[in-house]
Amino acid sequence: MRNHVREAEHLIRLALVFLAGGAAFLLIRQAVVPPGFGVHGHYRAAALEENRLRPAVYAGQAACSDCHEEQVKQRAAGSHRGVACEACHGPLARHAADPSAAAPRPPDPVALCRRCHEADAAKPKNFPQVVAQDHSGGEACNSCHQPHRPKV
Amino acid sequence: MTGVEGFMYPNEVELQWSALIVLYPYITGLVAGAFILASLERVFKVAAVRPTYRLALLTALAFLLVAPLPLQLHLGHPERSFEMYLTPHRSSAMAMFGFVYLWYLMVVLVIEIWLDYRADIVRLSQTRRGLTGWIYRLLTLGSRNVSPESRRIDDRVGWAITVIGIPSAFLLHGYVGFIFGSVKANAWWSTPLMPIVFLFSAMVSGIAAVLLLYMGISWRQKRKVDMLCLDTIARYLFYVFLIDFSLEMLDLVHRIYEADESFRSLDFMVRTRLYTSQVIVQIYLGTVLPILLLAATQVLRLSERLRRGLYAAAGLLTLAGIFAMRWNVVIGGQLFSKSYLGYTSYKLEFATREGLLTTVFLMVLPLAILWGLLKLLPPWPEREAA
Repeated sequence: MRNHVREAEHLIRLALVFLAGGAAFLLIRQAVVPPGFGVHGHYRAAALEENRLRPAVYAGQAACSDCHEEQVKQRAAGSHRGVACEACHGPLARHAADPSAAAPRPPDPVALCRRCHEADAAKPKNFPQVVAQDHSGGEACNSCHQPHRPKV
Repeated sequence: MTGVEGFMYPNEVELQWSALIVLYPYITGLVAGAFILASLERVFKVAAVRPTYRLALLTALAFLLVAPLPLQLHLGHPERSFEMYLTPHRSSAMAMFGFVYLWYLMVVLVIEIWLDYRADIVRLSQTRRGLTGWIYRLLTLGSRNVSPESRRIDDRVGWAITVIGIPSAFLLHGYVGFIFGSVKANAWWSTPLMPIVFLFSAMVSGIAAVLLLYMGISWRQKRKVDMLCLDTIARYLFYVFLIDFSLEMLDLVHRIYEADESFRSLDFMVRTRLYTSQVIVQIYLGTVLPILLLAATQVLRLSERLRRGLYAAAGLLTLAGIFAMRWNVVIGGQLFSKSYLGYTSYKLEFATREGLLTTVFLMVLPLAILWGLLKLLPPWPEREAA
């Protein structure tokens, strides 16, 4: 038996090298895998709390109607009624909290309208879409359309 | 739109999987094939291929070391790929592949090569000085015991590892086919035959690569080629190639007979955009012609010189054909629309991260690593001494 062990000594050394490699891997894993990983799922549990603590950047539709009643009314009567104000005007929680602190930037009507209404065969047929270049030759859409209630 | 014909969904116009993803199954295929050739001698006792046993193992190691690089270069954040070892997701095929890769590299190839070379390593550690001497001494792990009994133990353990290695090599490459075959949304890929076809084409390419390397190295070092060895490898290449070709044709016939809703679209693609790479390069030049050349060496009495020429030609054509097969799978699978109403095109970039230069570099890199391994661990030490 002892003879066998002596003759297989190199294999024991090899096994030790692999064990050392395995142990090093476990140590690295211990050090770099963030605590709480896998508690709720395949992610860091603390990420939930971190996300919750991030300040909200969108004010929500109700906040807009407090001051901009006219525009909200127009929007509700037209085909953009399903589009939230901040979908075009951007996140405005800071503006809602203090209107003088952050003024909303007016959207660029050429680029913004094309984002939804540029013709693309993959869009449903009944969705209003145009080849902007042929339709207006690059002129701003709001020179003919009223974006809050988009009729010509 | 340039390069687009008919109707494509917006996210189909540009190909996401580039030439590097073509290279990945190609390289892993060479690994698996080279290892299967090595196992012929070790497990199946085909003594004639003994001269290529070590060369095949070193080839497999050199290519395996490079195999993940095409994937790493394809990733936006390659450093994150290590996370699949740290926090593996068991439902992800790619994450599990990381473990298959590690198992095959460390447990199968490295140990088998180490056990086979141990006596040489101990001998070289005693005769070499300087840095190489240090490397050999490190590789001995401090044990200089090369008694007949210890070598007998090495041989038995090595045999067991090769036996484990065969299913591991099958798993490694069958797995690459599985990754494509399991994409059920893609009619060009989604077939349970994919892992099997990949596996046999891997064996074909690996055997052809070792055949060519053996001839090339012998020619470069002005050594006489063992013709019995070469004839035997070519015979096995011929047999495996026949099985591979039959499987690919079986897949084709099945697709034609089944003729599901994707058939007309895919058929059109093969007749147009993939015609050169699939019909001309893969099937005629890369499969039928090498099979005919190999068949000629089996049925005709040819001189050694002519046989060597035919083997070299068949080997080169085979490697080109299998590369075309990977290309047609990876690139072909992204050229047609899932609506079956349109086709896009792929333009290989030149000096970009996933361009032609990188692809060529990654194809040459394993050969450079192999050159280093052959220097460090000469496969034919008896000839070195002579």
